[in-house]
Amino acid sequence: MAVRLTELAAAPVIRARRRQLPAALVVGGALVLALLAIAALAQWIAPFPYDQMHIRDRFLPPSVHYLAGTDEYGRDVFSRLLFGSQLSLALGVTATLISMGIGVPLGLIAGYRRGVTDELITRTLDVMMAFPPIMLVLLILAVTPPSLMKTAIAIGVLAVAPIARVTRSVTLDLMSGEFIEAARARGERLRYMLMRELMPNVWPVLMVEASLRVVFAVLLGAVLSFLGFGVQPPAADWGLMISNGRAFVDTAPWISLAPGIAMSITVIAISLVGDGLREMLDPGLRVR
Amino acid sequence: MVAYVVQRLGTVMVIMLAMSLLVFLATHALPSNTAALILGQYSTPETQAALEHKLGLDLPLPVQYWHWAKGMLEGDMGQSLVMERPVAPMLWDALSRSAILAVSAMAVVSTLGLTLGVVAAVWRGRWPDHAASIFTYFGVSLPEFYWGLVFILVFCSTFHLLPSSGYANLSDGFGPFIAHIVLPVATLALTLLAHVARLTRSSMVEALESMYVKVARARGLPERLVIVRHALRNALIPSITVLAQDFGFLIGGIVAVETVFAYPGLGRMLVGALERQDLPLMQAAILVLTGVYCLANLTADLLYGVANPRIRYGGSID
Repeated sequence: MAVRLTELAAAPVIRARRRQLPAALVVGGALVLALLAIAALAQWIAPFPYDQMHIRDRFLPPSVHYLAGTDEYGRDVFSRLLFGSQLSLALGVTATLISMGIGVPLGLIAGYRRGVTDELITRTLDVMMAFPPIMLVLLILAVTPPSLMKTAIAIGVLAVAPIARVTRSVTLDLMSGEFIEAARARGERLRYMLMRELMPNVWPVLMVEASLRVVFAVLLGAVLSFLGFGVQPPAADWGLMISNGRAFVDTAPWISLAPGIAMSITVIAISLVGDGLREMLDPGLRVR
Repeated sequence: MVAYVVQRLGTVMVIMLAMSLLVFLATHALPSNTAALILGQYSTPETQAALEHKLGLDLPLPVQYWHWAKGMLEGDMGQSLVMERPVAPMLWDALSRSAILAVSAMAVVSTLGLTLGVVAAVWRGRWPDHAASIFTYFGVSLPEFYWGLVFILVFCSTFHLLPSSGYANLSDGFGPFIAHIVLPVATLALTLLAHVARLTRSSMVEALESMYVKVARARGLPERLVIVRHALRNALIPSITVLAQDFGFLIGGIVAVETVFAYPGLGRMLVGALERQDLPLMQAAILVLTGVYCLANLTADLLYGVANPRIRYGGSID
């Protein structure tokens, strides 16, 4: 509330500048929306089905007919890229939702309750962080048949500890605020304190963290597919496409380069959104 | 301090124990049958049962775990099913080759990453900052293995400057040795470099705009001293933590990078073992990598204490 009052008291020029969205957020947001649209409409906008083989048109370089060339089975790389966006985004979002779903409540409760509860949660998180992340994922994925959902769960569980930590430290900072004291004095219940008082103040920071986590999930998912423990062929997964194209990198580099470019656009778009959000939260970070 | 180190070593032991149980149970949940794997396609249920008895695979699980864990502690890691050789010597060889990559990459990341971050922060808003931020954006936006492929395409397929795969011993000469590790190390370092540079830049910017830097400037200290003694000293603390965290990514990255460059290290050995369900090799490789990771984390925490004297280990929390 205090912030609002000073803003109202300040000259209107400053308010107008504050209202302006950071460029990173606008560009990143537009790109992310475009990617979501592509993923949603892949069925209709892709020139070919992702698994349609054109045996006579193998290893063709990019052309008007095949925009990003064809692979070793004569499949249209461009169409596969479009379908691949579905898998990458689904994996990134699902994994992040899983880690936020577990991590945020843990962090909130640890920061709010403090004492023994905090100690217990923090220690558990420490133990989770102490395991080498990739080993756990590889172990889980190697001993059980791979699937997109399992990859998402494995990656999601990895990120629980960092998200819970961030939530906890933000909550701890907020706890010294007067609004918490006021709500306590009113005798509000735990649920109200967490959802109505703390959450609205924690979530902006969490949005920044979430954008980071989506990026990590997309990248880690690609690594796992590349190693053969993620999504299985003939799915049009970007990591898998890069892995398949590796054998032909001398003669048909577009097979593996194109999905990499798609992946970097996706990752840069999401990172831009994260940076933009961060800038909005803390205008001091803006380059002056 | 000593008490803290002892306590942390205890935690490492607990984690190793937990990981060993996890690995053991997970590998026993595998659908594959060790005896059938060893005997090959001509095995019969009778010969399988006989071999299982000989290997102790018919014993209760806790007993099997005990035998296995005892062997591990004594340095006996069993016999690789696929390569039909003892695991331990193979594993140590592979580990030493991976360590060459990891240590070189870490050295590149810490020196170049910190420098890049500081340069970007000191000249923020001007061209060195923009150049660094473009580099870091692209660096973090793609997984290591992709950069590996790009490097192979540029340096091996197009210009034929460097070998695209394999490894050369130091005894084969210094030139070939370096030529084989340049690309894997560059690939491994690139992503982390971007990460460290970005973080160093932001903590350095924060430090440069802080009160104590203003005070130092007001006291008329030369800018170089202000940057090195006041700003950098404080900005380094988060960077050290991130370098330590990055070691975890490094282990993940090593698995992928060694696969791209067909580099005979522990990461590639692990992937091979997982693919071929070579249980003893898989178990040992995961345990060794876990141990390395735990010790690296411990070292990082201790370094953190050295860089930030405000932290006293063994005291109260927060």
